Amino acid sequence: MSQHATTYVPKSAAAKWFESRLPIAGLVHSSFVAFPVPRNLTYFWTFGAILIFMLGAQIVTGVWLAMHYVPEATRAFESVEHIMRDVNYGWLLRYLHANGASMFFIAVYIHIFRGMYYGSYKAPREILWILGVIIFLLMMATAFMGYVLPWGQMSFWGATVITNLFSAIPLVGDTIVSLLWGGYSVGSPTLNRFFALHYLLPFMIAGVVVLHVWALHVVGQNNPTGVPIKSGKDAVPFTPYATIKDLFATIVFVMFFAWWVFFVPNYLGHADNYIPANPAVTPAHIVPEWYFLPFYAILRAIPDKLGGVLAMGGAIVVLAFLPWLDTSRVRSANYRPLYRQFFWAFCVVCVLLGWLGAKPAEGGYVIASRICTAWYFIHFLVVLPLLGLFETPKPLPSSILETVHAGRKGGGAGLPVGAAAEPSIKG
Amino acid sequence: MATTATAAPPATRRDFLLIATGAVGAVGAAAVAWPFVAALAPDAQTVAAGAPVEVDLGPIAAGQIVKVFWRGKLIFVRHRTDAEIKAAEDVNVATLPDPQPDSARVKQGHANFLVVYGNCTHLGCVPLGNEGAFKGWFCPCHGSVFDTSGRIRQGPAPINLPVPPYTFVSDTKIRIGEESKTATKTAAA
Repeated sequence: MSQHATTYVPKSAAAKWFESRLPIAGLVHSSFVAFPVPRNLTYFWTFGAILIFMLGAQIVTGVWLAMHYVPEATRAFESVEHIMRDVNYGWLLRYLHANGASMFFIAVYIHIFRGMYYGSYKAPREILWILGVIIFLLMMATAFMGYVLPWGQMSFWGATVITNLFSAIPLVGDTIVSLLWGGYSVGSPTLNRFFALHYLLPFMIAGVVVLHVWALHVVGQNNPTGVPIKSGKDAVPFTPYATIKDLFATIVFVMFFAWWVFFVPNYLGHADNYIPANPAVTPAHIVPEWYFLPFYAILRAIPDKLGGVLAMGGAIVVLAFLPWLDTSRVRSANYRPLYRQFFWAFCVVCVLLGWLGAKPAEGGYVIASRICTAWYFIHFLVVLPLLGLFETPKPLPSSILETVHAGRKGGGAGLPVGAAAEPSIKG
Repeated sequence: MATTATAAPPATRRDFLLIATGAVGAVGAAAVAWPFVAALAPDAQTVAAGAPVEVDLGPIAAGQIVKVFWRGKLIFVRHRTDAEIKAAEDVNVATLPDPQPDSARVKQGHANFLVVYGNCTHLGCVPLGNEGAFKGWFCPCHGSVFDTSGRIRQGPAPINLPVPPYTFVSDTKIRIGEESKTATKTAAA
């Protein structure tokens, strides 16, 4: 990968024979062993590894569930209960998969907001960032279709509301919705195709993740200072430093995950989804899963169907333009006093939107949703472009090493002296 | 027309092959894409299940709303009271978001029965009957308010609850899924 030549030297004759035919060991070595990692990375940089673990966990539990699940409207709900009651450890597989989706989103939101705080989307990481936005979109589509599969009341009405979003498109909207449904309403054909796509999309995510990691390894990791690696002393080799840290963080995250699975497995779900789908009755209060709530609040804040759909889509699309909306040349919020305040204000607005998305669409909640929605877009479209022009950033350190020696962020000060000089550095 | 710039190199056999191959390939790709898209559309079984259904109006008391399904879609059959009919008719149609007189939404001579699709035109939830400011329907999902004619009055829904095709077979029976071609005949009879 990228320009830096691998330092991998095959030792045995068999390894040499193999390497000259498929140099995969060298690729792994240069990407995950010798790869230079900024020595001041915090635990916020372990979420990429956690996310890869979660994707793998979801695929494995999902494949096992698919061996027992029946994607047919009259049997889907029963087959999920069959998994819960009759299949050996079926309850565990299902709770792992259902809560795994939430854990996946917790990790991805931390990962995204870390990128926003430290300016990880700025040149030369624009493509890396956009690939991340694509992964996020695919994750949302996958999670949505997965939630439909148990065919409970929330599944059915969630599917109805979300597919109806497409009917807002002028002229071709109704045709598109009918192609999504495979019928005149959400029904068995819809369920069957959602199952097929729910099985497909994670593998597409895995493909984009490969591109994401590839792009990362071309441009290198950002770090809490935002200052690039300038010499070998700024970096440590991926193995063992990042490897062990990623593994440790992943294990801690899995313990957190296990707490949900074993102690409050239904806390993040909705009781209504244990009622079989009924096309004649909508639950009095329908809400999406927690990870969609901010976007749902934006949808409901706009008193116009097409406008609401466009605003909700725009809230995600705007992320892809972030590298160009932020005009500041300083990456890390640690050196941007004003941006840091706006960043936290933005975080509060996102959490507020999430809370509002779970509230009924009436009275003060609607007004609050509109204010928060407005601020969401103002942050991206007004604040970020202007801030780069008016803000005076704090002086940047001359190198990562300088901040480490000054005892600031990073915590790598205790590294053995030799460790910093090892990795091969590209320009 | 046939003259090209003299500086341009003459077209070679390879140019011809590239264009011809590209054109045939593009047509082929489009031809293959068609069945894939068409297979997403409602299949023959689903379409066949959309045959008209008959609803007996006899047991529906005044003020009652009955839910029936046609083509998997929910339909409200509402036996309106005189007060509800009056409320639906006494409206300045021009002020409505989707202007339609009540008379255009019921069959002539059968104003006591309103037949409309039962999914909110916003995002498809089932509105609750006899609720909301106009005592028509209120959608709990996103707050759309419909009147006793199923017309949108407040909230995000863009249009009125649509009226499905249906016809009165007799005074106490309707057939949903078939637009009346015998309207004039019934009127004459």
